Amino acid sequence: MTTALVTDRAIQIIYLVSTALFILSLKWLSSPSSARRGVRAGELGMLLAICATLLYRGIVDYKWIAIALVLGAIIGVPLGRVAMTAVPQRTALSHAFGALCVALVGTAEYYLRAPHVPAFMMAVLSMEVILGSLTFTGSLMAAGKLQEVLPQRPITYKGQNIVNLGLLAISVGLAVILVLDPGHTRLFPLIIAIPLVFGVLMIVPIGGADMPTVISLLNSYAGLSAAAMGFVLDSKLLIIAGALDGSSGFILSVIMSKAMNRSFTNVVFGAFGQVQAAAAGVAEARTVRSATAEEAASILGAANTVVIVPGYGMAVAQAQHKVREFYDALTKRGVDVKFAIHPVAGRMPGHMNVLLAEADIPYDKLLDMDAINPEFPQTDVALVIGANDVTNPAARTDPSSPIYGMPILDVDKAKTVMVIKRSMSPGFAGIDNPLYYLDKTLMLFGDAKASVGDLVRELAGETRG
Amino acid sequence: MTDIIASLYVFMLAAFVGFEVIRRVSPLLHTPLMSLTNALDAIAVVGAIILVGEHKSGLATVLGTIAIVAATSNVVGGFLITDRMLRMFKASKTKKP
Repeated sequence: MTTALVTDRAIQIIYLVSTALFILSLKWLSSPSSARRGVRAGELGMLLAICATLLYRGIVDYKWIAIALVLGAIIGVPLGRVAMTAVPQRTALSHAFGALCVALVGTAEYYLRAPHVPAFMMAVLSMEVILGSLTFTGSLMAAGKLQEVLPQRPITYKGQNIVNLGLLAISVGLAVILVLDPGHTRLFPLIIAIPLVFGVLMIVPIGGADMPTVISLLNSYAGLSAAAMGFVLDSKLLIIAGALDGSSGFILSVIMSKAMNRSFTNVVFGAFGQVQAAAAGVAEARTVRSATAEEAASILGAANTVVIVPGYGMAVAQAQHKVREFYDALTKRGVDVKFAIHPVAGRMPGHMNVLLAEADIPYDKLLDMDAINPEFPQTDVALVIGANDVTNPAARTDPSSPIYGMPILDVDKAKTVMVIKRSMSPGFAGIDNPLYYLDKTLMLFGDAKASVGDLVRELAGETRG
Repeated sequence: MTDIIASLYVFMLAAFVGFEVIRRVSPLLHTPLMSLTNALDAIAVVGAIILVGEHKSGLATVLGTIAIVAATSNVVGGFLITDRMLRMFKASKTKKP
């Protein structure tokens, strides 16, 4: 074998090792005890693959590669250091970057190869560029909505779905023309531009509450576009990494849309906010029982088991560290405290767990919906902090409710329910929650952080007295 | 053509492996899962490096350079934040007897 051939084989073998490390990386992520090992494996695989690529003998100039790698690292470090509450928008932004990379490489490959592009190659190349472009702008829009620089409210207009589907159909149609004759170099910019517009319009009608599903869906698109790029470059490593990312995003989207009782198509074409406006505004004159922090603290202090149900309201009020103090105060008294985490609590899959882990709450106290629901009937107090729709029993009982059928946390089955809430105004989605009118429900009106702080003070005072 | 078929097999098998492996990831870790797969997905940087290194056209070099920057920031930022998140997950301390 010549030296060149040996190098080529060596590069391929290193890619194979990287691929195995990537799969192990995800496998080790299955439990918190081995998860950090998973990150190490992923880092090693990435480092090996990049170093091996730099040995590739076709590379004649390293200057721009070096500049770009350094610049990317400089941008990457602050993106790795954002606050935990900002992780959803950071993730959306990184989907955008990933998609940008794929779309740009696809574009360059086309112009290098045209007009001699075999049909299958042109098909995957078009898919790469279309998916990459729409994921790029779609993810930027999602990041903007999550960062609240763009309005979170869904924006809808007549014929929206027809316009969106039309744009997508035109892109696919143009791609078909290019597959039949790759020589139409003037058509190619259109399969970049139209999906870029589509990406923006796709996210415009989607409200803040649907972000966990959308971000997962964009994750899946980013993965699929990378896999398509793998086909174009004939890189098995890239095909596998893209397929792993694509299936991960797909699984998460399915979990998220199930947790919201919605189908995929409904999330993408639904504009949730519109549906409920009509259904809201029923019960007006029903009474609620409100309680002071002192009363609540005495009930909590006497309980054996307490389940805390945190929602995004808790994170918005930055109350997680106060919640940790509250958890400590109760645990010190021998109360068994657990947290019930709904799959869509937070702005992306698993976000609430990260926020609570940041506040040093042990992860074995964070239970997902299926694990905690059977425990509610034996729970003395369920304390809802900044969550609303995910605790609404109407989802189980009232077929006319817009959220009927949505899996919820069975908070209403606990012996006593306490709800920390600013006021009685209906929440983000505008749906009335019958939980608040139950006889066993006590309302603690006020800001999440201040109210939990009051409870902590009362519990401490009682211990002293 | 056989290459394409082989690649399709690889894609299909990888998708199934992905399903099986990722289904087992605890919902506790779904956020780190997404940031980790995102970092791994940035392996696309490999394609961009070759594109820039081969220096076949000015356009390819410019687009490829931007692509490397975008992907590298995902690699660095993605691994950093995933590890930061995972460091926060601690089990309860076992009680002394």
